[in-house]
Amino acid sequence: MSMLKIENLHARVEGKEILKGLSLTVNAGEVHAIMGPNGAGKSTLGNVLSGRDGYEVTAGSVIYNGIDLLALEPEARAAAGVFLAFQYPVEIPGVNNTYFLRAAFNAQRKARGEKEFDSMQFLKLVREKLKVMQISDELLHRAVNEGFSGGEKKRNEIFQMAVLEPQLAILDETDSGLDIDALKQVAQGVNTLRSPDRAFLMITHYQRLLDYVVPDFVHVLADGRIVESGDKSLALKLEEHGYAGIGEGAAA
Amino acid sequence: MSQLAPLPLVASLLNAPLPDSGITWLDAARRENREAFAAGGLPDTRVEAWKYTALRALAQRSFASGDANAQTRAVDPSILALPGVDGPRLVFVNGVFRADLSALDSVPAGLTLQPLSQALQGDPEPLRFALSRHYRETGDAFARINAASADDGVVLRVDANVKVVTPVQLLFVGAAAEVDLAWHARNVIELGEGAELTLVEQHVGSGEQVHLATLVSDIELREGARLHHIVLQNAAIGANLIRRSGLRLHARAQATLHVLELGGALVRHDLQAELIGDGAQLDTRGVFMPHGRQHIDTQLAIRHQALNTTSSSNWRGVANDRARGVFRGAIVVAPGADGSDASLSNKNLLLSPSAEIDTKPELEIHADEVKAAHGATVGQLDERSLFYLRSRGIPQAEARALLTAAFCRAVLDDLPNEALREHLSAMLVAQLPG
Repeated sequence: MSMLKIENLHARVEGKEILKGLSLTVNAGEVHAIMGPNGAGKSTLGNVLSGRDGYEVTAGSVIYNGIDLLALEPEARAAAGVFLAFQYPVEIPGVNNTYFLRAAFNAQRKARGEKEFDSMQFLKLVREKLKVMQISDELLHRAVNEGFSGGEKKRNEIFQMAVLEPQLAILDETDSGLDIDALKQVAQGVNTLRSPDRAFLMITHYQRLLDYVVPDFVHVLADGRIVESGDKSLALKLEEHGYAGIGEGAAA
Repeated sequence: MSQLAPLPLVASLLNAPLPDSGITWLDAARRENREAFAAGGLPDTRVEAWKYTALRALAQRSFASGDANAQTRAVDPSILALPGVDGPRLVFVNGVFRADLSALDSVPAGLTLQPLSQALQGDPEPLRFALSRHYRETGDAFARINAASADDGVVLRVDANVKVVTPVQLLFVGAAAEVDLAWHARNVIELGEGAELTLVEQHVGSGEQVHLATLVSDIELREGARLHHIVLQNAAIGANLIRRSGLRLHARAQATLHVLELGGALVRHDLQAELIGDGAQLDTRGVFMPHGRQHIDTQLAIRHQALNTTSSSNWRGVANDRARGVFRGAIVVAPGADGSDASLSNKNLLLSPSAEIDTKPELEIHADEVKAAHGATVGQLDERSLFYLRSRGIPQAEARALLTAAFCRAVLDDLPNEALREHLSAMLVAQLPG
């Protein structure tokens, strides 16, 4: 059984149809890159999968590990192992990063019927993850994303992912706004987390992230549908020729 | 207000016998204030300071005066304990001093702490200024009846240059009784030149009751005195609690206030501060969180009357269900108070479509070289933040509580006593829905 099966997905935002029959299958262990021009529906896909309000699914289905993902509240999707790394991580003044992460971690465990971690157990886990991800613990003592630089925010997303250990990670333009060093660090974090049980959906506008996180599949999203799929060489082709002309043969 | 028959509330409060102190000036002041209350009655919403707090429902109720059984009411000792606070303590139950619950054996040298009822048996002269006051406005109705009827309360004095290290705790307990009671407390607090004190004032409820309590406090800070005043209002959910605190700051005196308003049915606090000495500094921080059908009204009035005085006020309100919060912050920089700095911020959150918060910042400047800033907002929880938390697995109700607590905690973060800060934070969270 595939981990994620999206079939003929149609979705509207503020009455405007953005996704127009998107289909995609993702298996455990795979890394898929979703590329496409601005306005193609890339971020809408991430938001629909994670359950953000304001996105109305009008047709199609999303089956995740055999369950209807679209029927779940956002928190239930998270507990089931779906993680969205935000394009614009939200600043939450007054909420300590570690406190927030423990609340999330324990809420997910509770929802799955697992025993919650006390603060000592959790701190130990966090320390291990920091080491693996090569992130400074200074991030932990601050309020969630408050006053973080663009790079720090994205690194914090990847760090959350490392702690929460999702099965399906959706990275929504995680590479945007990063300089090359920050990009490498984020990519290294993602590569560390690649595993046979975990799948990644990397939504990106540019090819450059794919130099550091090599995908198994590349899909081109245009006008609300996947118009072309291939391996990593498709990304290079896009880099060379742009999005113009892509998928014309597949549009039918 | 002229009425053919007095309102039940007014009639019942006037039913109380005037306390007889045998002190000529005090008995005269009590008589005059009582007459003023009888003549003026209650303010209606046409009085600006009572615009958002209607007394119509309360006015139809009657309260018996004083609690003859206050000395024997059972009080759960757990409501007296407060983390991070373990010093001298005065406890009043339904307005009556309870020696058995108080802790007065550890009062350090230079600190006078006694119930008003005892202080009046000694030399009443130091109390004359505060207790002979005559309240002139209809808006002062509750101060009038308090001045007429209060025969107990707190007398606290710190001698010049004495720094009291352990916090002093004042507890006002409303305890369930056979009838609905009205009780009144009068507090007179003075810090001498260069004196320092941390004061924790608590309003708590024991059992279900709908009493009416009035409290009037006068706080005088002499030159260079420093006061940290923490107010935790967690009265019984049906209680009516009307307080008035008057602060006077002499030259270079500093007062910091942290206020948490959680309990009560109808709650009103008038906080009136006068910065009368050069370089006086006042910081006020507060959170009010009405829920259910609570009504919590804070009226802050700060007058800068001397050179280079500073005030900073940061208040947050959260209203849920059908509750109502009211905040008025009026700052006056009087002529001659040049070089003063006044800032006021009030941010509010509405957690339910039926909740309401009325906020009104006012700023009047009559001096030169003044820095002033004020602002007020009323909004809702940020949907983007809420989704962010939920997308990480935190259930909706918990996410809302987390964001709301963070919103409130922002004004309590600078409370230096960590154990107490944690306790306040826990009280906030306990008040949240979900």
